[in-house]
Amino acid sequence: MWAILSILVENKPGILFQVTHLFRSRNFNIDSISVGVTENPELSKMTITTIGDEKQIDQIVKQLDKMIDTVKVERLDEHKSVFRELSIFKIKIRNANDSMEINKLANAYGGKVHDVKKDSIMVELTATPDQIKAFEELAKPFGIIDVARTGVAALQRSGAD
Amino acid sequence: METMTGAKALMTAMEKEGVKQVFGLPGGANLPMYDEFARCNIRHILVRHEQSAAHMADGFGRVSRKPGVCFATSGPGATNILTGIATAQADSAPMVAITGQVPVAMIGRDAFQESDIIGMANPCVKYAFQPRTAQEIPSVVKKGFYIAETGRPGPVLIDIPKDVQQNEAPMEFPEIFKIRGYHPYSDPDIVNVERAIDMLLSSQKPVILAGGGTIISSAFAELQAIAETLMLPVVTTFKGKGAFPETHPLSLGPIGMHGHAEANKIMSEADCVLAIGTRFSDRSVGTFEAFEKNLKIIHMDVDPAEIGKNQTTQVAVIGDVKVSLRVMVKLLLQKAIKKTEENEWVKHVKETRAYWRENLKLHPGEMGAAKLLRKLRELLPKESIITTEVGQHQMWASLFYDVIQPGTFFSSTGLGTMGWGFPAAIGAKVARPDVPVVDIAGDGSFSMTENSLATAVLEDIPVIVFLLNNFTLGMVAQWQRTFYDRRMIGVDQGKCPDYVKLAQSYGAQGIRAQSMDELDKAIKDALSSDVATVIDIPIDPEEDVLPFVAPGTSLKDMILPS
Repeated sequence: MWAILSILVENKPGILFQVTHLFRSRNFNIDSISVGVTENPELSKMTITTIGDEKQIDQIVKQLDKMIDTVKVERLDEHKSVFRELSIFKIKIRNANDSMEINKLANAYGGKVHDVKKDSIMVELTATPDQIKAFEELAKPFGIIDVARTGVAALQRSGAD
Repeated sequence: METMTGAKALMTAMEKEGVKQVFGLPGGANLPMYDEFARCNIRHILVRHEQSAAHMADGFGRVSRKPGVCFATSGPGATNILTGIATAQADSAPMVAITGQVPVAMIGRDAFQESDIIGMANPCVKYAFQPRTAQEIPSVVKKGFYIAETGRPGPVLIDIPKDVQQNEAPMEFPEIFKIRGYHPYSDPDIVNVERAIDMLLSSQKPVILAGGGTIISSAFAELQAIAETLMLPVVTTFKGKGAFPETHPLSLGPIGMHGHAEANKIMSEADCVLAIGTRFSDRSVGTFEAFEKNLKIIHMDVDPAEIGKNQTTQVAVIGDVKVSLRVMVKLLLQKAIKKTEENEWVKHVKETRAYWRENLKLHPGEMGAAKLLRKLRELLPKESIITTEVGQHQMWASLFYDVIQPGTFFSSTGLGTMGWGFPAAIGAKVARPDVPVVDIAGDGSFSMTENSLATAVLEDIPVIVFLLNNFTLGMVAQWQRTFYDRRMIGVDQGKCPDYVKLAQSYGAQGIRAQSMDELDKAIKDALSSDVATVIDIPIDPEEDVLPFVAPGTSLKDMILPS
């Protein structure tokens, strides 16, 4: 099972280490992680996606909650949240046709094309991890040179409690 | 606002927390703190190894339920206390460890005696601080003590760079503070307490399983009231040993790998358990799946993360267990629920208890472990405090030393740290100088921190070491006899050292007891002695600890002496 955890933490040195270490020492998995400061500079928000059974995810939430530097830990319902990940793909092209095909593909997924070169093209795509995965599958036949992904950022929709 | 150095602020803040003594060892990076001992009312107790300082602070903390404090310098001083910190964390003991660190500007440059103790300790502390300015020290100390002793207690590390100790600043000592992400207590949900009562009343074979949390929150009277009101037999975890008087007719003693036969039997037969302040450790319950099969579990704990971690729970009551049990007592009174009649289950429990207390097969020799520990029990006042080392003697203590007054038995149960018992006894004696403190020891474990004899003698802390000496790493030897076809590797201690001469060389009293008469006299001499005493009791190296629940099996599969 895949779960999205939204964790409000004290914005201080070492907090990322503490949180990631908890996952290691308790034998949990991190699928992706993203961190950024909130509107209150004393607090940061981490979004962690993780994989485990119901019991494990319940334990992860409780153990995170127990940490003194975590202010709030929420498990987000993916049907009641907006969650997105930014990814950048560098893809091989052999000719103008490839370039056109990738442009079309990027458009279909709401991506943007950057840095068009003779033999490569870059696509910036902000989407759900599933959509990014689907895009990756379709881009694979052209030859993916490199990929960078940020991990998921997520917020619960208003009134979705 | 008074201007003072960080070191002075540290000592002032600790005085405000009521700290009367610190266990420690000085070095380059904590000298500014040490210099303040000349100008404050805190006693310094010098150790010969920092690990012992941490265990002393731990022993002090468990007995007084206030954080014990230990000091160490940077680098190796700090790494030496790590075992002590991890021990306190595993057993939820309140402790504040204060280490010196290289100056702020040197951090990260691999300076002499620099270690990233915050990084190393983080996984085994309740919280760690590294103040980077002197002004932070008063609030760090305030928060550190609060975190260490509230909720589920644990060790807090405060790592102070040397220049932060030396720098002067105007200091404010806050009384009020806020820790946004820390909510150590929640009120027990009454509905769940009612459900728990209903479940206990509707069960045929209910028991109480009292864990270490019962002792930490000293919920002794509440536990006894509930056991007697509902006629519930009481088993404990090893850490919960003595949460309930073991001489009480409803007491069955600890369950687990070396639990009492009667406790393991009754726990295996029960259909409902009221589990209080326990984390269902594998050493207590055996395999998780077998334990929870056909068993309804009511779990009371202060730590919500323990609910459902190792066992599936039907009813959870989150909150300080003393408060939760009080709510239960009150509800029982309101509803006028009282079961005085002896039903079939209670009758069966009492018969089982009587049978195994009479008929467990013991070592035939004069100096068998059971006889030695029963002799100790007979001669010690009931309020005496016991600590233990780790090994066979520890499990014999669990089996054969009955705790009469609740909360007087302490052991390294979670981490199983050899060398814990003796320094912890010293810490316990500092907390309770008015009662005898005895470390029930084995030779292998005692030898790990035996140099604490210097501390006991020089600081006038007269504890007793009750040394069951089989010249062997006995528990390992037992496993080698049982599981490795008697191939004895790395367990023979030779007859080295002579523990009587060792004790004497430190200025302590050393007595060898080779018969019951000699032991009787030795215990009496030790109890009236002004100096620490080591009673060296040679025992049979072939004696096993039985009953035994082998790892990976269930309590039902207990091996009994044949």
